[in-house]
Amino acid sequence: LSSDGARLLVELGAVIFSLGVLGRVARRVGLSPIPLYLLAGLAFGRGGLLPLTTSEEFLSEGAEIGVILLLLLLGLEYSAGELVSNLRAHAPDGLLNIALNITPGVAAGLLLGWHPVAALAMGGVTYAASSGIAAKLLSDLGRLGNRETPAVLSLLVLEDLSMALYLPILTALVAGVGLRGGFLALLIALAAMGTALLVALRFGGAINRLVFSDDDEILLLRVFGLALLVAGIAALLQISAAVGAFLIGIALSGRVAEGARELLSPLRDLFAAVFFVFFGLTTDPSAIPPVLPLAAALALITALTKAATGWWAARRVGVGRLGRVRAGTVIIARGEFNIVIAGLASSVEPALSPLSAAYVMLMAVGGPIIARIAEPAAERAFGLTRRRRPAPGPALPAGEGQEGGDA
Amino acid sequence: MKGRAAREEHAGVEVEEVKLPGVGVRHDFQTLSGRRVGVISHRSGRHDLLIYDTHDPDSCSEIVHLATDEADTLAELLGAPRIVERLASIPDHFAGLVVEQLPVTPGSPYAGRTLGDTQARTRTGASVVAVLRGDRTLASPAPDFKFEPGDYLVVVGTPEGIEAVARILER
Repeated sequence: LSSDGARLLVELGAVIFSLGVLGRVARRVGLSPIPLYLLAGLAFGRGGLLPLTTSEEFLSEGAEIGVILLLLLLGLEYSAGELVSNLRAHAPDGLLNIALNITPGVAAGLLLGWHPVAALAMGGVTYAASSGIAAKLLSDLGRLGNRETPAVLSLLVLEDLSMALYLPILTALVAGVGLRGGFLALLIALAAMGTALLVALRFGGAINRLVFSDDDEILLLRVFGLALLVAGIAALLQISAAVGAFLIGIALSGRVAEGARELLSPLRDLFAAVFFVFFGLTTDPSAIPPVLPLAAALALITALTKAATGWWAARRVGVGRLGRVRAGTVIIARGEFNIVIAGLASSVEPALSPLSAAYVMLMAVGGPIIARIAEPAAERAFGLTRRRRPAPGPALPAGEGQEGGDA
Repeated sequence: MKGRAAREEHAGVEVEEVKLPGVGVRHDFQTLSGRRVGVISHRSGRHDLLIYDTHDPDSCSEIVHLATDEADTLAELLGAPRIVERLASIPDHFAGLVVEQLPVTPGSPYAGRTLGDTQARTRTGASVVAVLRGDRTLASPAPDFKFEPGDYLVVVGTPEGIEAVARILER
């Protein structure tokens, strides 16, 4: 190995190992690891505590693969049929979500005197809830069976679906194509999404038979290769590599999707972590403290707008007040896609990255905390007595300790 | 519009079915005593048993995670369709015995008549141990059990005996 090669290994090893340590810390305290990964990136970046020298280029490539895998796995979660039926049943919720949660970011960007494209990107940063954090909260808090949960999941599905339109538009506008180019990008994205859904619904079986293999290794290589290929072609066509991967994920279903989800999840975890570190790496740590008050104000406003969205969506399916509070607060956390969006547009406005990083760190930490304390707080506010779990029965004889709740 | 809840009848109980995108399907229903219970069928094959809260009917007071074999065991304890599967394993234990399902066609002389009328056991030596009607399993039918067209009889006996029951049902 050349000395540069050796240095690269040492740096990568140190970065990835420290992410493992941080991830463990996050698990322990029950938080999303994303804010810690961002902090690690800040520490390893220029002006940070331990600046990296040789591995930045490698991390940059890894970060791109991370984005592709994030969206591929997201697409694999849903089938085309699910997306279409959600779109039909919950379109009003989706539109309210867009109106309430893009607006604060766009307004903040414009008030700061940013370029409109940067303001649009900031709108995306405040818009998308973290489906990863929300899904984990729903299962950790034992809410999967709750009657507000389908409405929450539908909101997340529609958000993800709207990314397939938003990301290509933003990508095109960042490339400097102007309004007409942006409109063209929208048309191409709509056509691409329509084609992907149609192909998945009509020829889904044939595609899946073509890709499926009983051999894990072959399935992994086929799906991953196909996703990179389509992502690359999408990027050449100016419709964002990430969206290409998302559409491939949607087109695959059944056994292929199940197998690929299992096989690609560890790969996604690794490269997504690299992506968050890289974002931190390219953000100037000294630019963060000055934007903290603004990030906190945005966090407060968009926590309220998101909660209102969830409240409304739950009310529309006839869920009571407590359930509406639960639905609203579980989607407050922002995370992975907000950083993806900020990363796309960071070249347009230097202040976008630090503001987004500060905002996402606040929301990824604060969101789950609010989701946990909102229900008991609302019970008290609505004058309902605490009940929940039935009172513990008489003490069990020694050695038959009561089982703990869900881990 | 009330979500995408689909309602269907299962043996007289109104079951609500709701899709959970990215997770699986939830089925739930209200018991006569006013409690709401349900099951989430995860795409992974895991099941969650849900018991809804009495104060806040939108939330669950208990969720029990069940692995596939645990869910099977619970279903078995609750009876019904699993009986047939257990019967199907009899031939492994008693060589020479066979389990078969025989239809009661609309044209069968015994559609609308009772099990006793067929005199199946005396005439063939084979026993009718259960009747499948819709998605219910009616175990151990008594002699006065009345067959309906569309029923399936679960018959245990020697291959010849079962053949004979099939002939009786046909004419």
